[in-house]
Amino acid sequence: MIRIENLSKAYHKNQVLKDVNIKLDSNKIIAILGPNGSGKTTLIKSILGLVIAQEGDVKFNDQSIVGEWEYRKQISYLPQIARFPENLKVLELIALVKDIRQQEARDNELIQYFGLENELKKPLRNLSGGTRQKVNMVLAFMFDSPVIILDEPTVGLDPVAISRFKELLEREKAKGKLIIFTTHIMSLVQEISDEIIFLLEGDIYFQGSVQDLINQNGSTKLESAITNLIENSHA
Amino acid sequence: MLKIFKYSLFDLIRSNWSIAYLAFYLMVSSSIIYMNGDITKSIISMMNVILLLIPLVATVFGAIYMYNSREFTELLLSQPIKRKSIFLGQYFGLAVSLSLSFILGVGLPFIIRGIITSPELSNFLVLIGVGLILNFIFSLLSFMVALRFENRIKGFGLSLFIWLFMSIIYDGILLLILIWFESYPTENLAITLTLMNPIDLGRVLIMLFLDTSALMGYTGAVFYNFFGVWQGILLSIAALSVWLLFPIYILLRYIKKKDF
Amino acid sequence: MQRLLLILFSLFIAYSTIGSELRVGKNQVFHSIEMALKMSQSGDTIFVEKGIYIEPNLLIQHPISLIGINYPTIENNKQQEIITVESDSVSIIGLHLQNIKVSYINDYAAIKVNRQKHCVFENNRLENTFFGIFLKHSKDCIIRNNYIKGNAKNEMSSGNAVHLWYCKNILVEKNQARNHRDGIYLEFVDNSIVKNNIVADNIRYGLHFMFSDHDEYRGNTFRSNGAGVAVMFSKYIKMQNNHFEFNWGSASYGLLLKDITDSEITNNIFKQNTIAIYMEGANRVDIHKNEFNSNGWAMKIYGSSMYNKINQNNFLNNSFELGVSGKSESNNFDGNYWSSHTGYDLNKDGTADIPYRPVKLFSRIISRIPSTSILMRSLLIDIIDFAEKVNPVLTPDNLKDHRPSMKIIDYDKN
Repeated sequence: MIRIENLSKAYHKNQVLKDVNIKLDSNKIIAILGPNGSGKTTLIKSILGLVIAQEGDVKFNDQSIVGEWEYRKQISYLPQIARFPENLKVLELIALVKDIRQQEARDNELIQYFGLENELKKPLRNLSGGTRQKVNMVLAFMFDSPVIILDEPTVGLDPVAISRFKELLEREKAKGKLIIFTTHIMSLVQEISDEIIFLLEGDIYFQGSVQDLINQNGSTKLESAITNLIENSHA
Repeated sequence: MLKIFKYSLFDLIRSNWSIAYLAFYLMVSSSIIYMNGDITKSIISMMNVILLLIPLVATVFGAIYMYNSREFTELLLSQPIKRKSIFLGQYFGLAVSLSLSFILGVGLPFIIRGIITSPELSNFLVLIGVGLILNFIFSLLSFMVALRFENRIKGFGLSLFIWLFMSIIYDGILLLILIWFESYPTENLAITLTLMNPIDLGRVLIMLFLDTSALMGYTGAVFYNFFGVWQGILLSIAALSVWLLFPIYILLRYIKKKDF
Repeated sequence: MQRLLLILFSLFIAYSTIGSELRVGKNQVFHSIEMALKMSQSGDTIFVEKGIYIEPNLLIQHPISLIGINYPTIENNKQQEIITVESDSVSIIGLHLQNIKVSYINDYAAIKVNRQKHCVFENNRLENTFFGIFLKHSKDCIIRNNYIKGNAKNEMSSGNAVHLWYCKNILVEKNQARNHRDGIYLEFVDNSIVKNNIVADNIRYGLHFMFSDHDEYRGNTFRSNGAGVAVMFSKYIKMQNNHFEFNWGSASYGLLLKDITDSEITNNIFKQNTIAIYMEGANRVDIHKNEFNSNGWAMKIYGSSMYNKINQNNFLNNSFELGVSGKSESNNFDGNYWSSHTGYDLNKDGTADIPYRPVKLFSRIISRIPSTSILMRSLLIDIIDFAEKVNPVLTPDNLKDHRPSMKIIDYDKN
């Protein structure tokens, strides 16, 4: 579905991605992990076309995305920080995104699912962080896109909302979609992801299943496996 | 572009800033009309307010808006829509909302005072026109600065410096140049340098239309002969258009390569 | 034979009309004014009926009245002087005199008077003239209600509508003088009055005094002339209730005063002139109760102008109120209203509590470097002027209005 070929990106002298090659296929939930500043967000943004790489290419269904925008009709994205225009109402924001995409949307269903019915007519500046993240979720999941990209999806969500989110994710995966997400919560990774891509200083340090990673490090838990991974890399 | 424009405008005209700006203009115009009594004098007093404050407000407001909507811009960028459409839509939303506050804030008190049926109507329209152009130019400049510098302090600093430079420092340099070349005929130099600064150009245009006593003597005649005929007016409009179109061109080129 | 008959006939007519009327016209005895003049005697009245008369120079050598009926048109056959008056007590009324060519040798005029008195020129229309009405060494004359329009292109090749030279006791009243070099010109003219005239579109000055004393002009309107009025090398001139308007251009003045003393300028309105009053070498001139409205400069005081009093005037919306050069301590500027004054009046006595300084720093810069006028009304200039106001360095410290009025001064503008 998505192929990343020889991708390199530097901000000024700071090399963020170094010659990255990845193949991402449908019907999988892929977790992108790595310490702060390892290039996770830059990688995601490269796929979305927000960041423009110096070298290499991203191919979406075998088509280069350079200078393209139509392919984004097939991607839903949940950005890391849910900050919206302060004076728009929730309903207006949803209408805006629907207006832009002009695609079939199941917004009403998701509004009920996350219990947002009473927030719809409030201006976004009056919402709490968690509620805003729920709105963010609605925006990301309301279209039936084959690819879903989530940047730190659980930040600010209460446990009920987190479990609803996981449920939603499973249902989407069942539809044969490609789901990519970043997180720092290892239990979530262990629970839902099929594959891990571990980035370190712009390189792919590990790619494989959760079980592979645990086995490789000889530890029983993912968290300690990753700690080992980082410590080994510095050794 | 129109979709983004529509929603930016919706967002902005409901912001407290727009309302404060509108209230401010209502207050200033009403008190100027009240204090001057005479409508011609009110228009001249408004000129000073407009030349000083429109660029300042557009600068500050433009930068605030851009910095506040940074994350939302990222969300928009991840949608299937061209970058060009997003940024032009946001820019016009910003400029038009500022312009609405300005037109209503200045227009209402003058309409109540009877400007529509007054012989000063055309002069008043020149004033409004200059205000609008400055609005569009300075919101564009601060929009670009905010886009270029992610550091807010730097961005605000630079935007304010641009305003200060165009409003005062540029004129100081112009004055020094004219004093320096005292013994040469400097009228054409003065005209050229005026064409290059939209605030100065706006000021001279307003003076030509409604305050001729300000430009007098032999030099006044030279300026009048330049700016007062249609070639001069066309050239002034061309200069103002360059101030608008060239930054838009730069903006469109810049956003093609910009990382978010 | 014919000639003899004509002479006999003429003699008959002449004797039969002593002290009475001669008529000139198509169906009258006289077909030409020249002939009627020849046949006329002192005290006669010649009526000229409507028509076009191409005449040689009409020389009037005895007191008569020449009166047009419905404005007969009279032209000189060489386009030179039309009427030359060489007698006292001549009246010329109701004629339409036109087409006098420009000469660089002779001052051809529609009507010229030399060394006479008690003449009256009234209700005439003079068009396309070089000089209009020209009086030399004459006195006790009246020039009233004439319309005089020239075709002046430049100063060199043009004359004046009304030209008075070495005259006394002349009344110039209710005339219109347009498109000449000067509208009304007075040189060595004393004790004369110029009033209620409309003087417009003249190339040089509307009204021009040279070496003339004890004159007065009032109620006139001077509009769109090179300069409204120039008073030079004269004294004891009264200037009242005049309008000086739209005298606008590179070197235009409403009123130009040069080497003039002991004069009075009151109740005039100066509106939209490049410089309302320019004075050089003016002494003991009393300027009060005038209105200066929307001029480039309200006053420029240059050279050695001393002991002038500028009081109780209204200075409204002028770009600059006052420009001075040289010493000006002896001039008094108290008690005027200045619209750009931002003073306060805590003790409520009608005058501001702090003095007002009408000379701005920028006005000095602009006088030296005129192209800086492009910076008018800019924020920078306001800042510079404010700084100078707070801490005067370059503007004359002692030039101020000690009792600036808080309100527009009310007076009879007539």
